[in-house]
Amino acid sequence: MGSSSRKPRGFSAPPLFVVLAGVGAVFFVLPLAGLLVRTPWRSAWQLLTSPEAITALGLSLVASLSATAIAVVLGVPLAWTFARVAFPGRALLRALTVLPMVLPPVVGGVALLTAFGRRGLLGGWLEQAFGIHLPFTTAGAVLAETFVAMPFLVITVEAGLRGMDLRFEDAARTLGARRWTVTWRVTLPLVRPSLIAGAVLCWARALGEFGATITFAGNFPGRTQTMPLAVYLALQTNPDAAIVLSLVLLAVSLVVLIGLRDRWLGAS
Amino acid sequence: MKVRILSAFVAAALLLAGCGGTSQTAGPSAGALSGSITVFAASSLTAAFGTIGGDFQKAYPGTTVDFSFAGSSTLVAQIQQGAIGDIFASADQPNMQKLVNAGLTSGSPSIFARNKLQIVVPAGNPKHVSGLADLGRSGLIVVLCAPSVPCGRYAAQALQKANVMVKPASEESDVKAVLTKVALGEADAGIVYVTDVKAAGAQVKGIDIPDALNVIADYPIVVLKDSQNIALARAFIGYLHANGLKTLARYGFLLA
Repeated sequence: MGSSSRKPRGFSAPPLFVVLAGVGAVFFVLPLAGLLVRTPWRSAWQLLTSPEAITALGLSLVASLSATAIAVVLGVPLAWTFARVAFPGRALLRALTVLPMVLPPVVGGVALLTAFGRRGLLGGWLEQAFGIHLPFTTAGAVLAETFVAMPFLVITVEAGLRGMDLRFEDAARTLGARRWTVTWRVTLPLVRPSLIAGAVLCWARALGEFGATITFAGNFPGRTQTMPLAVYLALQTNPDAAIVLSLVLLAVSLVVLIGLRDRWLGAS
Repeated sequence: MKVRILSAFVAAALLLAGCGGTSQTAGPSAGALSGSITVFAASSLTAAFGTIGGDFQKAYPGTTVDFSFAGSSTLVAQIQQGAIGDIFASADQPNMQKLVNAGLTSGSPSIFARNKLQIVVPAGNPKHVSGLADLGRSGLIVVLCAPSVPCGRYAAQALQKANVMVKPASEESDVKAVLTKVALGEADAGIVYVTDVKAAGAQVKGIDIPDALNVIADYPIVVLKDSQNIALARAFIGYLHANGLKTLARYGFLLA
């Protein structure tokens, strides 16, 4: 087997692996096929262009893109700190920032309420000092999505930074570049693939966010009712609409993930 | 590597979570009744049915009653999508009617309890809400159930009778979510069932809605067509009508 490891197309894969891989693939494809089969194609366009659907889609795009922008601004420095700065408690802090990936999102929503809610650690002060009230607002929905999605960006960028050849930075510094210049002109361009991959994953996760959003920001059309929330509520009254809306979410995510894969997510 | 372990962990957790279906435990039985049933019940029944289920299991050793609580419309959607269970208890007639019309029930539903609405405010009533008319005040953060959920439809009816226009901050997917937002102090007021206010205890305060403006909600219950244990399902409903009413009253329900 060892000598054939360079062979392309992997004809030498163990049969058991092929079978298991097949089961794994079916496991992912079948639910999507189910959605497609159940899609009411005739009324699909009408359901899609209903004011409710357009409002939810628009809000979802605005909120998920805003969440991604915030995640890039805050997450890149965080990833850089984790990759480059040794400080006591780094492992713990790193674990805490990745926690939202495994935390049930509803728990994340409750945690956000205890921090940014009206009676929360920071929320009470925010409201008194600035009149800022996050729950039940679009800003609150963005906050919830950022909380759940940013870890995807942080770990991707951190991995990129760790895998980087440090000699480029050293060379730049030896040539007299200042710290900010090195970061801006050398480090960031070198981790660009990881940064883009991380941002895309983060955006896709934000787009699908449900639990933290409905718990922290509530559900109101045009303000906090993003696509996943609209799907959930439509499922109770209008399953056809729910399926069509799900399909749109799926299609948008799939197009972006496939489109970016070859350019940035694939092996170099 | 860490990421890979993490994602394996997530996958395992998801798999486990998906496996919590109904299990027909055929335990040794003292009487004719044995096995287990799953009851799909409206969120507002959570506390009362929990108690009645425990009492039933004590009265019929060897039987197990599992509950799945959610908004009535969510439960109807789940049953229509093929969720396996034995009994459905709804917080309103229209949701029950949907299942009856879809031919998913066995026998006709019976009404076992009634409920009515109450305004709920955080303990201490910081915004001095005294009635439905106050809910229209600007600056007051009001949270209601979504119009598709029974409590949302009832709330809309009551507000219409009182001729009050409310701009809710959020339309929650079930009654417990409204209660949580008020109990946490995020919302200044909400409209829920009397029984929810009672169950929430000291965290919240209930403000009565006069009967002329209030809405009475009927709670129907029925055996599902695909029940795997019709005998036990019928026995539970019989027990509910005979012995469960006292418990329901204790939790604030009006008797049918």
